[in-house]
Amino acid sequence: MSHKVTIPIGPYHPLQEEPEFYKLVVEGEKVVDIDVRIGWNHRGIEKLSESKSFDQSAYLVERICGICSTSHPLAFVNAVEDIDGIEVPERALYIRTITAELERIHSHMLWLGLAGHFLGYNTVFMWGWRYREPVLDILEAISGNRNNYAMMKPGGVRRDIDENEIPGYKKILNDELIPALEMFKGAVLDDPVLGARLKGVGILSKQDAVDYSVLGPTARGSGYDIDVRRDEPYAAYDRIEWDVILREEGDVFAKTVVRILEMIESVKIINRCFDRLPGGPIDSMPKQVSPGDGIGHHEAPRGEVIHIVRSDGTNRPVRHKVRAPTFMNFPSFKKTVIGETIADATIILAAIDPCYCCTERLTAVNHKTNKMVYDAQKMIHLSHHKTWDLGKSMGFSDKELIKKMGKKIE
Amino acid sequence: MTREKIISEIKEKLGGKIKKFRDKSAGRVYIDIERKDLAASARFVFKDLGARFNTATAADHPDSIEIMYHFNFDRQALIVTLTVYAPKGDCAVDSLLPMMRGAEWIEREIHELFGVDFTGHPDIRPLLLPDDWPKDKHPLRKSCVLTDYNNEKAKRKKEGQI
Repeated sequence: MSHKVTIPIGPYHPLQEEPEFYKLVVEGEKVVDIDVRIGWNHRGIEKLSESKSFDQSAYLVERICGICSTSHPLAFVNAVEDIDGIEVPERALYIRTITAELERIHSHMLWLGLAGHFLGYNTVFMWGWRYREPVLDILEAISGNRNNYAMMKPGGVRRDIDENEIPGYKKILNDELIPALEMFKGAVLDDPVLGARLKGVGILSKQDAVDYSVLGPTARGSGYDIDVRRDEPYAAYDRIEWDVILREEGDVFAKTVVRILEMIESVKIINRCFDRLPGGPIDSMPKQVSPGDGIGHHEAPRGEVIHIVRSDGTNRPVRHKVRAPTFMNFPSFKKTVIGETIADATIILAAIDPCYCCTERLTAVNHKTNKMVYDAQKMIHLSHHKTWDLGKSMGFSDKELIKKMGKKIE
Repeated sequence: MTREKIISEIKEKLGGKIKKFRDKSAGRVYIDIERKDLAASARFVFKDLGARFNTATAADHPDSIEIMYHFNFDRQALIVTLTVYAPKGDCAVDSLLPMMRGAEWIEREIHELFGVDFTGHPDIRPLLLPDDWPKDKHPLRKSCVLTDYNNEKAKRKKEGQI
């Protein structure tokens, strides 16, 4: 006799970084169906962009995601430059490549740490996030920010890289990061426990990868050989030598291997860019964007991000479409999770490195009253209320609680 | 297969179905087709020529919704865009979900944000908007005003209610 039970995960949970809702239908230990609901954090970026100038939109799309804060602007400027072929100075192309690759390393490092955490292997989490810091330090030294670097603009980049600082960056990359990556390579690839947890789990076949049109490491872990950096080179990717990492197995382990080896490849790309950084201006100062359509894409850490921009000759886009990689990778859960056990479901769900803030771009408003469902004041009140109730249940008197919290919370 | 071969095959196979062919640049080709020919054309490009379905973009025009389907030929660095127009009176096109699973979410998104019906889509629930969102309000249509919240607030302020 079968007995199906629904396990809801989310939308809000202290362990989840972003709001998402998974409905797992299980029979015993086995997952038999899955449904994903998103939209808890939609912000209306596409609509908002129609009211911003091309220069402002670059800042706007940067705020789609804190982790991919170079990927979205880079895809956007690629799209704007595609409309009528705006020329970009050589030096700017190299600087774009350097920032994009630094971002890939820190994003993959973040994922690796989280993956270790989901598996209960918190040492990987600690090490992963510890070695992410030097990369963020380089980004901060280049752009002034740990996230939201504000480097991209149509026609070039906003900040130059100081030649005197390059040896310092290279020292961090080669002396600190590479040994750490080699250590990860050894520790993760040869670890029997990680092998047992990841090998043969959540397999996505190549045919399914093609059918679902998945992207990035999720595709390359299944032997689907796509990488925009090589296929349609932009920035300086066609001016330097590097390899696309490909694995055939399609399981979570293959995706992990792809990400770790990609980080090493990224360091190689950055080193070569630093060596060959040409001189000259960093911005071609385009004055106007002609009417027309432009499509720009970039291989973000999670896969290809594509921006489609339509201009009518004014200083604002009339339509700006954003498609983030997680949007395409998500539906493939139907193939990977079903048939696996609940214990493996978490790591399979995490294996595509889901990024919700990219996938959702609107605030929850009750349409009957036109009021926001929760505003900041309401949230703070709810939080105070919870603390108050907790205190009461622990046996504190009203007087003691008022002393602690400053006022009586109703 | 080279870029020229792909383009000549598309021209040959789709033939009369092509309303307008625009060879914008080395990497971008835009093809306008009739609504009724969408499924067959997309099948040819996706299944027979082996393109990767990238995404679909909708855009609002005064009397119709334009839907662009972007297909990537990765190795040829080519993006072929198939464009159809759905008039606002009869805003429906065929769903491409039966042949490519990757179209599932984007069709749900366009359905709620632009109010386009996808005939044959088995599960056209809202994707991003809440379940109680009014069915006739499509946020990305130009006619849709999303500042109701602020307007309402300003009005109430003026009337001294806040």
